[in-house]
Amino acid sequence: MADEPLFDPSLKKRKKKTVAFTEDPLGPEADPTAPAPETIESTTVNGDAVDLGPTTAHEAMKAGEDDEFKAMFGDLKKKKKKKEIPLDLGEDSGSSTPTTAPAAAAAAGEVPQITSDDLDFSDMKKKKKSSKKKAAFDLEAFEKELNDSKKESSEGKTKTKTEEDEDEDDIPVDTSHLDIVDEFELGDNPFSRPDAPIGVDAGTEAWLSSDRDYTYPELLTRFYASLHAANPALLSASSKRYTIAPPSIHKEGNKKTIFANVTDICRKMHRQPEHVIQFLFSEMGTTGSVDGAGRLVIKGRFQQKQVENVLRRYIVEYVTCKTCKSLDTLLTKENRIFFMACESCGSRRSVNAIKSGFQAQVGKRSKNKTG
Amino acid sequence: MSVQNLNTFDPFAEEGDPLAGAQDVGSQADYIHIRIQQRNGRKTLTTLQGLPKQYDPKKLLKAFKKEFACNGTLVDDEKMGQVIQLQGDQRSKISAFLTENGIEKSTIKVHGF
Repeated sequence: MADEPLFDPSLKKRKKKTVAFTEDPLGPEADPTAPAPETIESTTVNGDAVDLGPTTAHEAMKAGEDDEFKAMFGDLKKKKKKKEIPLDLGEDSGSSTPTTAPAAAAAAGEVPQITSDDLDFSDMKKKKKSSKKKAAFDLEAFEKELNDSKKESSEGKTKTKTEEDEDEDDIPVDTSHLDIVDEFELGDNPFSRPDAPIGVDAGTEAWLSSDRDYTYPELLTRFYASLHAANPALLSASSKRYTIAPPSIHKEGNKKTIFANVTDICRKMHRQPEHVIQFLFSEMGTTGSVDGAGRLVIKGRFQQKQVENVLRRYIVEYVTCKTCKSLDTLLTKENRIFFMACESCGSRRSVNAIKSGFQAQVGKRSKNKTG
Repeated sequence: MSVQNLNTFDPFAEEGDPLAGAQDVGSQADYIHIRIQQRNGRKTLTTLQGLPKQYDPKKLLKAFKKEFACNGTLVDDEKMGQVIQLQGDQRSKISAFLTENGIEKSTIKVHGF
């Protein structure tokens, strides 16, 4: 969530259906190891076992909050599917061997699919219906897996020894987790944890068995791979994406436009519709009303793109937290001033009142007579 | 010797509305606002409001009209002061023109869709 806050234009082009608020363009082609560093980098200098205490606790907390934004993750499912395929390949080849699954290799080198393989083992056994994805974040599916994996945990005990060995190197990362994530992880592969012999290294990388000194990048990739394989929530927490359904704009007659899902959008942004509507009207220099079905009738002809642009500006100004760029904020009014309180970082700041500027005389003057 | 508690100032007194006197709380007075308004059909109107005092709106309007090849007028509004109105969507052109002539881009706010 460090960089570009909203609406990546390139992303938007790719999927027309959803307005993508992307904190981090974690596309299908994105490297799962890449997006995280801003938050964790400092701790990884020594490469291996890292105490992620505060950061991950924070992220874990965020992950919990994310729950309600689940609805916004409209397009995430597709990506999960893509991630899933390589993992299945690895599973077909028997145990969690270093056989390279092409896509995963492309994603993060050889390291990830080893760790992800064995970690995802319990999931993959269930007909790939629900997928475990490093990048994606879907608590619903997560819980489903959790239940499934519990059922199969006894089976899992019979898995080959090597997998358990490899699981071992995820332990330091796992245990450093505190909240929800930890619970999920425990539920996810309960079998591998107790059996894992501590201190045995997963000797599956090519460079791991060689005598030479390990290079820093190698260790770093390995660390991130195992980290993200073990904690999918971590990655998605650092690169959250918010999608809000695009405004559905219809024409009514020749001079009016209907904005049908305004209440929906307001709910997703946690804003009062009145506030949003006021902003829309003052920005677009027009007027309108809300009809019986909760739709907004705007005077004038507007296209979806135009309304979207205005909404974006609203989000930048009144929804995103200026401190942490989170969209998880609340707007309250005190003493005639609006204050925006961030739910994720706790900051509070006042925001400008919506002021409509000069309205020029449009149309017949006789119609506009007041009084 | 002064005892703080014996001061005449009552810290628990009602303060009233802290913003009662401040008219310009959250004011956007220092911005130049460029807005657009729809007219009938494809026609639009661009308004420029909040021009700093040191610029002569009349001369600016003249320059705008010549540069953008559009008509325009100067409107006196009791609240907003003098507002330049131009025919058509000239928002990006106005903002480019103003920045070229030495007005900070950060003081210009372009509104509209």
